[in-house]
Amino acid sequence: MGDSQYSFSLTTFSPSGKLVQIEHALTAVGSGQTSLGIKAANGVVIATEKKLPSILVDEASVQKIQLLTPNIGVVYSGMGPDSRVLVRKSRKQAEQYYKLYKEPIPVTQLVRETAAVMQEFTQSGGVRPFGVSLLIAGFDENGPQLYQVDPSGSYFSWKASAMGKNVSNAKTFLEKRYTDDMELDDAVHTAILTLKEGFEGQISGKNIEIGIIGTDKKFRVLTPAEIDDYLGEVE
Amino acid sequence: MSIFEYNGSATVAMVGKNCIAIGSDRRLGVQLQTIATDFQRIFQIHDRLFIGLSGLGSDAQTLYQRLVFRHKLYQLREERDMKPETFANLVSAILYEKRFGPYFCQPVIAGLGDDNKPFICTMDSIGAKELAKDFVVAGTASESLYGACESMYKPDMEPEELFETVSQALQASVDRDCLSGWGGHVYIVTPTEIKEHILKGRMD
Repeated sequence: MGDSQYSFSLTTFSPSGKLVQIEHALTAVGSGQTSLGIKAANGVVIATEKKLPSILVDEASVQKIQLLTPNIGVVYSGMGPDSRVLVRKSRKQAEQYYKLYKEPIPVTQLVRETAAVMQEFTQSGGVRPFGVSLLIAGFDENGPQLYQVDPSGSYFSWKASAMGKNVSNAKTFLEKRYTDDMELDDAVHTAILTLKEGFEGQISGKNIEIGIIGTDKKFRVLTPAEIDDYLGEVE
Repeated sequence: MSIFEYNGSATVAMVGKNCIAIGSDRRLGVQLQTIATDFQRIFQIHDRLFIGLSGLGSDAQTLYQRLVFRHKLYQLREERDMKPETFANLVSAILYEKRFGPYFCQPVIAGLGDDNKPFICTMDSIGAKELAKDFVVAGTASESLYGACESMYKPDMEPEELFETVSQALQASVDRDCLSGWGGHVYIVTPTEIKEHILKGRMD
């Protein structure tokens, strides 16, 4: 890759100074399924819709929230296959850090490394930008943390954020509901309510995913049964 | 003759109560001929972390430069100092990278970690770590250092007593080794201050 004379970067500046390829990538994210994250006082929750193309698909085979390390989890909006490339690279990076220092990688470091990969794909030849935005949730020595990484390679630390379809509605909802002293359980409830706002059809443990990390510093994806319990509490 | 014994060296680190001491001799020789008597083998990594590099003098200096480089990059990236344990793992990894053409050095690492917990460790030239609660030694005088430290060490020494013990152990050991000596260099690290001492011994 990058050694042929035709293998130039496809992401080039338009005369107005914009990188349209990146804007298209953001459009791909914007039309993807809604994901959101909330940082609570004692943990972080990330959640996403899991709409499947047909009722014949085995919903247990789809996992949109994944672990990068035991204490860091990630969810994406946009193109699923692109996210897997990033997950694979991030896990490798985390493992290399651990091999060198015998210490788990801090959330900020893993986010920076992941963002660096996404940036590289906006400037290299023969590749296109990633069609995903990531929400990375982790808990380390610096407490609970929530980051969003965009296709351009820029990243932000949020108290609560949303991406994908209905971003603006979801963000407005989160702005109304968010408080600094929120506990993890409240955050899960708020996450569910926010997803519910823009959800087409009946929400259930099988068509959303929730991942949480608390003070035990173990990231965990909730089972459909656990989600149903939370759904019961919300109603 | 082993390349580890070409220049001659003696390094030692000891744990006290919320403090550590790290010391070395000051001789640089070429076999039995003394070249310098102010050679530095102990290096400061940050406020609470030191490394002593015994073995071949040139490799000690090169390795030190690489470690400073790696630590400075780490500081810039993570906006914090390395914990002693983390630094020891980094040194170990750097040494093992050169498994089949090693730096001819045996490091001694000493520092204060979180809550000023003392940490000492040593490793061989290919990075096999050896952790200890009391003291660690390295260099051509290591055998006599083991003996001296074993008989003089007491747990939970205060900084002043720790300095006296390390200095006496170092001085006694280099006198029984013809490749190390010419005085000593001892650092005492406490949570509040670092004291550096240059020792005079048998200068012959």
